[in-house]
Formats: sequence, structure tokens, C-alpha cells
Amino acid sequence: MGSLKLAKLNKAFGAVHVLHDIDLDIEDGEFVVFVGPSGCGKSTLLRVIAGLEDVTTGSIAINERDVSALSPAERKIAMVFQSYALYPHMSVRKNLAFGLENLRFKRAEIESRINEAARMLAIEPYLDRKPRQLSGGQRQRVAIGRAIVREPDIFLFDEPLSNLDAALRVQTRAEITRLHKSIKTTMIYVTHDQVEAMTMADKIVVLRDGRIEQVGTPLDLFDNPRNLFVAGFLGSPRMNMLKGKVAAIGEDAVMIDAGYGVSLPCFVDPATVTVGQDVIAGVRPSHFVVAEDHGLPFEVQYFESLGTETFVYGHLQDQKDTIILHQAGHFAPQPGSIIKIMPVRERVNVFDPVTELALPRLDKLGRG
Amino acid sequence: MANPNVAKLADRAMDAVMAIIERPLNLLESFIGRKRMPYLFLMPNLVLFGIFTFLPIGIAVGYAFTGGTDLLISDRPFVGFENFSKLLECGSYLEPGSCRESLFWIAIWNTLWFVAFNVVATLLVALITALILNRAIAARGFFRAMFFYPVLLSPVVIGLIWKWFLDRNGLLNAFFQMIGVPPEIFLLDVGWSRFFVVVVSVWFHMGFYTLILLAGLQAIPKDLYEAAAIDAASPRRVLLRITLPLLGPNLLVVLILLMIRSVQIFDEAWVLTNGGGPGTANTFVVQYIYQMAFGGDLRLFGLASAASVLMGVVLLALTLVQLRLGKKMES
Amino acid sequence: MAGNLNAIGFLTRTRRPGRVGLTDILSWVWLIGGTFAVLVPVVWAAMSSLKPEAEITRFPPSLLPRTAVQIEVQGYERPLSLWNVTTDGETREMAMVRRVGIKAQMVDPANPGPPVSVDTKDISPVQQLTIATENFTDPLTKFNFFTFLKNSVFVTTVATILTLIVNAMAAFALSKYKFRGDKAIFVLIISTLMIPLTVVMVPAYLVVVGVGLVDSLWGVIIPTVATPTGVFLLRQYMLTIPDELIEAARVDAASEFRIFWRIILPLTAPALAVLAIFSVLWRWNDFLWPLIVLSSRENFTLQVGLNAFQGEFSVQWHYILAMTFLSLAPVTLVFLFLQRYITTGIAGTGMK
Repeated sequence: MGSLKLAKLNKAFGAVHVLHDIDLDIEDGEFVVFVGPSGCGKSTLLRVIAGLEDVTTGSIAINERDVSALSPAERKIAMVFQSYALYPHMSVRKNLAFGLENLRFKRAEIESRINEAARMLAIEPYLDRKPRQLSGGQRQRVAIGRAIVREPDIFLFDEPLSNLDAALRVQTRAEITRLHKSIKTTMIYVTHDQVEAMTMADKIVVLRDGRIEQVGTPLDLFDNPRNLFVAGFLGSPRMNMLKGKVAAIGEDAVMIDAGYGVSLPCFVDPATVTVGQDVIAGVRPSHFVVAEDHGLPFEVQYFESLGTETFVYGHLQDQKDTIILHQAGHFAPQPGSIIKIMPVRERVNVFDPVTELALPRLDKLGRG
Repeated sequence: MANPNVAKLADRAMDAVMAIIERPLNLLESFIGRKRMPYLFLMPNLVLFGIFTFLPIGIAVGYAFTGGTDLLISDRPFVGFENFSKLLECGSYLEPGSCRESLFWIAIWNTLWFVAFNVVATLLVALITALILNRAIAARGFFRAMFFYPVLLSPVVIGLIWKWFLDRNGLLNAFFQMIGVPPEIFLLDVGWSRFFVVVVSVWFHMGFYTLILLAGLQAIPKDLYEAAAIDAASPRRVLLRITLPLLGPNLLVVLILLMIRSVQIFDEAWVLTNGGGPGTANTFVVQYIYQMAFGGDLRLFGLASAASVLMGVVLLALTLVQLRLGKKMES
Repeated sequence: MAGNLNAIGFLTRTRRPGRVGLTDILSWVWLIGGTFAVLVPVVWAAMSSLKPEAEITRFPPSLLPRTAVQIEVQGYERPLSLWNVTTDGETREMAMVRRVGIKAQMVDPANPGPPVSVDTKDISPVQQLTIATENFTDPLTKFNFFTFLKNSVFVTTVATILTLIVNAMAAFALSKYKFRGDKAIFVLIISTLMIPLTVVMVPAYLVVVGVGLVDSLWGVIIPTVATPTGVFLLRQYMLTIPDELIEAARVDAASEFRIFWRIILPLTAPALAVLAIFSVLWRWNDFLWPLIVLSSRENFTLQVGLNAFQGEFSVQWHYILAMTFLSLAPVTLVFLFLQRYITTGIAGTGMK
């Protein structure tokens, strides 16, 4: 149906090497999000999959069929562009029909597909209007409709929400997710917004500088980031990074000396570390608890209270790096005061400062 | 462009002019006040327009109703509509020979045929060239410049160059002889001369229109073409259903502009055909007007003005259509 | 390769990357053919202008300018032309004494003996490359072309300077001031674009006679100075100059003219450059208007003089082409160095 396999995919524009040895497997029906900072190559990867750009080396297979040399139309894919790319001189109906007419579908079949898509996306009243008479959100839906009527094996979305305002973005996000659940076709979605990635994806592909950093479910990437980059990229506010040294190694736990006479317990595999080794301990803002007596001294600079939750900004005593705490409810510590904080034990992610890789854990954090 | 020596020189020149003009102008400013200064700045322009554009328009109509060969309008007898009736009286409008001013109607028919062929030919050539240049090949800039080069030349130069090329002993005949075709005296043959007047006109102006159409093509967003590729559109369908319709408004404006310019054909045709020949085969309306007023000793300013007025009405109509289309394009 | 941005281009290439589509081939044929069509008449005229009078009307014409080689032969007063003579399969160079019908009298230049009679079909002229500079110098000295050239340079320079100043002042007024009637005046000026010269040429001539400028170069210059395109172009550019600059200058007690001359004009330099290029091209190439206004030979501009000259005597192509080429040269130079400005200038103003 809509499976995708990329093998050793490389893409270069002249001398500029943009994608490096991409290997990726996507199963039929998955909602996969390509996410990463600007310039990481996610859009290029999407366009290569679509056939809008050539493959330099490597292969692309859709449904076990090598499509590397095929034109976009032949790959049975459909794409929703960031700017929607609706034909401005054609009515919505004609926009939807254009692709099917090119493929010589019968009139009746075209009509029925258009009506079905229009119903699904609630754009029936606009069928005879031109794109310039529609709002951004409506054009967005027409663009999706154009993709739907093609009944492709794979849908491709290129940052479709970036031109919408915040409220519309949230609404449309839900609509796309709902659409996916109803038509169950493979969807590949490119965005730079990690919130979209976390909320919509079955599987996230994190890209940086043309390479895949990690592939996994949203929660998997959140809980078990493979390296410092993924750890810092997903999750907002960012994970706090504390410098430390391995202090003691036990049977099933390792203690990290974070300074101030405080040791943090963590679940790193004891066999892989040595005492005195430098490490980075990553703790997400929401994984710190305010401790009564024993903990890291955190000097408060200021806080932002949103009513339902509070973000506290400060730094460890005598250090410069900003540390962020997240507390539920309203929390108003005195700016300049020192409070003691400790991480939740299972939530300390340990990384090697040189390789930036996460140190192997005894057991992957599972969720019941 | 920032040559320090040139800049210094320009600076000194500006200072020099300032020194001379500033005093009297500042004096003037203190008289009329700052708020009235724009009128002062506008004055030279408006005076020149007034004398050399608006005044002529005014007296053009006036002269059209006068006769005789005197220059001053006060010396000229009023003849009412006689000039117009002379021009417009015809046994059959399709038969110039049956008209009172047969040369005028010969000129009209020559011009009409020329406009038709020239507009179609230039539009086709410019469109094809613009479509090709839009394909982002290397050296696009070179070819664009090449096609544009003739636009910079003077009509006299172009007429002479082509006259030489088409000469009895010229290059084209040399080529003909090489392929075994007997040489021709192109410019003395009615058919050939008309053909080449169109060819020369296309050669002269197509670069200009190509640029305009190219700008229109490049305004079409690239991702429409990508969407069309995903929509399985063949190159033919892309051209017919996307490119040309989106270029449509642009094309229309160019069409009208071409028509307006074609109606006024004179300079290069006159030089090329040695004054409208052979016979009157290539005499166009502007040449008629020129001949009546300035040719030989005719000095028929009234008749020429009447013909100018008629031509002006046609051109005005076309220009208004162009303006309307231009406004529609903006929306 | 990802170099084709147009769908037609890359649709034809996806099958087998590297294969050249039919559209590509046809496109290149069109472009190269078009370039030839543009260059051939011009280059041909240029090369012909280098040919001496005797050679220029030969048919079929030779590509390069050549002239017959002449050689001094003992015993003959005037130099004789040198020919290649083929007899019995052998070819040698001989000088021609005279030609009568189909026979020619030839002598060996090294050993001048009695002339040998040879069939004219066995001889071909020996030629050398030559550049007939007299084609250029003669019209300038013997005919009035130097005057024509001077007149054209005068008209072009003065008209351009005046055009820049007059239209810049008007554009300044229309862009940086709000006053009663400013919109109306602007529309009025632009509306004159609707009235081409051909419609008002007769009454314009009468006006020029009326103000006493007929048959003078000023009569050619003055009416062309105020141009709606110029006002439009400069005004568009001046609109982008921030008003704060002017207000600051006023606070600094600068007079309006000083503001115009020392602030606005220098900042408008790019647009002025474009207008200057246009003006130079228009005035240098002007034909119809100078034709109407000028009647005395000594006032003719280059274009009018060229046209008059070619009508006069039996057509002296070697002179005409040389002078044509001379009139081409400045424009071509401007083109080679500044064509980028011209094409972007046109795209900028559209066809308004």
C-alpha cells in the first residue's frame, strides 16, 4: 500500500552535499513527521521522495517498487505545499479535477471523488470560487483536497501550517490528524515546530545537517533521546544540562556528582562507565522537584506564572548557565532566593560530553 | 560605479552650479514661500508640455478645419468639414481607387495589412522566445541581450542595413544563388517588399516585447509547476492550461501595445522602401500625413491635420482599451 | 541535474537523466538561429563597410574585405593588378596588362616579356585583406558627415542634460510635495503618453515655426525635453527616498533648491542613470522629428544626414555603410557595457 523505504539516500546540489546516507523505513498507514532546525534538509528529503528533485545516490522504494527514476506523477504520491500552490485562475472544482483529468479519469469518477473530498473537508460551498476569494484556512483545505482526490499511496505535507495564524494552526492540526485516522493513508509531514511533531506523529524522524539523528515514537524520543541534540530539540522548554562526574558505581545505579555535595542517582549501565568520568546530566524542567533539605542550590532570577503552571528561571549557585524549572500551579519564589532542587531519579538522562551520545541505560524507561 | 575621481568631479560640478543658481532661486523662494516652490519646480516641465504637446493638440483640431497652404492659422481660410469629407469620401471603402483621396485609403489598407501581419508575427516570435528563455538555461542573459540589441538601433540604420542585405548584389541573393535559386530584387517587388517590411519590423522590435513577456512568465510562481508535475500534467497541458492562461492578461496588454505601435509604422519602412515603394505598395498612414504636410511643396497642413485627427482617434481608442486592461490586471 | 526549474524541462528529463529532450533541441535551434538572424545583417554591413568601392558591389560578394594586389612591373607606367593564371594545370602569378572580352593579356612580373594571351576563365585575382579606411574618412572630410556627427552629439548631450534636470525637478515636486492639483497634474503629464508624435507632428511643427526654432538644433532639442516616461521613472524612484531626510534638511535651514540639488539628486543617481541612457538612445536615434524640423543640410543630425545621403547620388554603399556603422558604434558600446541597466530599466517601468 503505502510503505516507503529509503536506502543509503544521498543528495547533492552540485558541490553541496545536502543529504547524507539516509536510511529509513516507513510502514503503510504511519503518520511520520520529519522535524529539525532550518537547513537540516527535511524539505529537501521530502522533495526527493516526491520526485521533484533527483536522487544523487541511493534508492527510494514505495510499496517495494523502486521509484528512484520515476516522475512524481508515476510515484502515486500527492503533496500539500507550504504556499498551497493552488492554480489561481481555476475554480476550486477545477483545481481538484486537474490531476485526475491529466490521468484520463472518467468524468463521473472525477465528480464523485471531488464531492467526496469536498464533503470530507467541508469545502462544498467553495467549489465554484477562485482561490483568491478564499481565506488562508480554506485554501489550505482545498490544497489537501487536491491531494485526497488523487487517492495516493503516500501524502506529503511541506510545512502546511506555517502560513496560518496560531489559533487556526491548532485547529488545522487536529483536522489533519483526524483526516489521517479516517483515510489511514501513509502521511509524511515536514515541520520545524516540535510541538506539531510531538502531537501529530506516529513516528518522528529528527534531522540535522542532512543526517537522521533519531527515529522513534514521540514519547520514545522524549524519554530516551539518543544524543544531546535530540534531547535539546524536543521538549519545551529545553532540557537542562548539568555538568557532572561519575562519583560512585553501584550494582544497578550510578551516582553523578553534580557539585555542591549533591549526587544524582541515575540508571546508566554501570559496566559502561568509570569513576571520575565527565558526564552531562540532562533533566527536563518538569522533572525537578523542590527538595526540603538536600538538593542542588538554585538561585531564582525570575518566574513566569501562567496560572496553571509556572516557569522559574535561574541558575545553580555560582554558575552562569540558565536552568529552568517547571512547576504545576502557581509558584512564586522570591527572586534572589535559593531553593533546593532534585531531579526525579528515572528522569536523569546522562550523556558523554565528547561524543554527545546518551550513555546506555540498564532498562529503557517504559511506560505502562 | 563608484569611481572616486568621477564622484569628486561630479561633486565639484554640482557645487559650481549651486553657486550660480542658488542665490536667485533662494530669493525667489523667499518671495513665493516654500509651499509654492513645487510649482516652481514643475514650471519648466509644464511650460514645455504646454507649448509642445497640449498646444499642438489644440491647434491640430483647429487646423483640420482650415485649408490653403499658409502656415499661420489666421491666414488660413475656414473650410469646415471639407478636409474630412475629402478623406472619407469613397465609392467603396474596399476600393481605394474609388476614393477622392485614393492615396489616403491605399495607406489605410496598407497599414491594416501591416498591423495584422506584424502583430501576429511579433507576438508569436516574442512569445516563443520568452517561453524558451524562461527555461533557465545557462547563457540566458546572453541570448536575452542578443535579441534585445536591435531595439537600441536607429530606424535609419536598420533600414540601411537591411537594404544592403536585400540588395541585388547582397548577401541574401548570394545565399539564394548558392542554393540554386535565381536572385531577386526584393525591394522592387510588391510582395517581397511587404514581406520584408514585416520581417524588419519584427527583427527590430521583438526583443522589447520578449522582455515584457518574460517578466510576465517569471511572475508565475514556481511551485505551481511543481504541483502540476505531481498532478501528472504533460508539458503540453502545463503550457496550455497553466502557463498561457496565467500569462493571458500580460499577453493582452502586449497585444494592444503592439497594435498601437504598428499603426504608426513609418521610419524604418520609409528608409527601407525608399519612400513607400514600389509605387505605393508600402505607403502607410504616417507617411501619407508626412507627405501631405512636408513632402515636396504640397504644404497641405489642413488635410494632414485632418488625417492626424482621424489616426489620433483610433489610437486613443486603442490606448483606452489598454488602460482598462491594465487596470483589470492590477486587481 | 537539478538545474531545470521549469516543469517542461524537468518533465522531459525524468525518464533518463541526461537524455536531451526534443524541446531542448528545438529551443537551442531557435536561440542560436535567432542570434544569427540578429547578428548576420549587422556584421555583414560592418564587414562590407570595410571594402573598397570597387569591391563592394561584386557579386557574389566575398566574405572578407579584400582588394586586388597591385604590382609594379618594369616597362609599364602604372602598377598592374596581380592574377593567378592556370595554364596546363600549372598556376602562377601574372600581372594583367589589359583585358579584352574573354581574353586577357598577361605578363610575368619578374620577367616582363611580350604579353601572353590567356582565357579569362583561367584567371582569378590575387587579393589581400584590406581595410578601406577611406570609406570612413571621406564622408567625414569631403561630405558633411563630420557636421552631421557634431550636430548629433550636440543634440544628444544637451537634450540629455536638460531632460535630466527638467524632469528631475518635476518628479521632485510631484513626489515630495503635497499641493493643490498635484494628482491632477501628474495624471495630465502621464496622459500625454497617449498622444504619440505621429499624431501631433504637423501642428508641433507649426508651433516650432511659430516660436522661431524651425530648422535649428534647438528646435529638435527643446520639444523632446519634457518626457512623461522620464517624470514617471524619476518620481517612482524618488518616492522611495525617506521624507525624514528632507525634513531634517529643512530643520537645518536648507533652501528647497539646495535640498533638491544636494540631497535628492545624488540619491536619485541610479534612476537618473537609467533615464540618461534612455535619453541618449532616443535622441541619437531620433529620425522623424529631426526630419520634420530640419531643412538645411548643415543642421542635419546623423540620422537625417544618413537618410539624405543615401537618397542623393547613385547609391554609394561603401560610404553609406561606413557612416551607418559609425552611427551604430556608440550605441553598441553603451549596449555592451550597460545593457543590464537598460533591460532592468525597461522591466521596471513596464510599458507605461
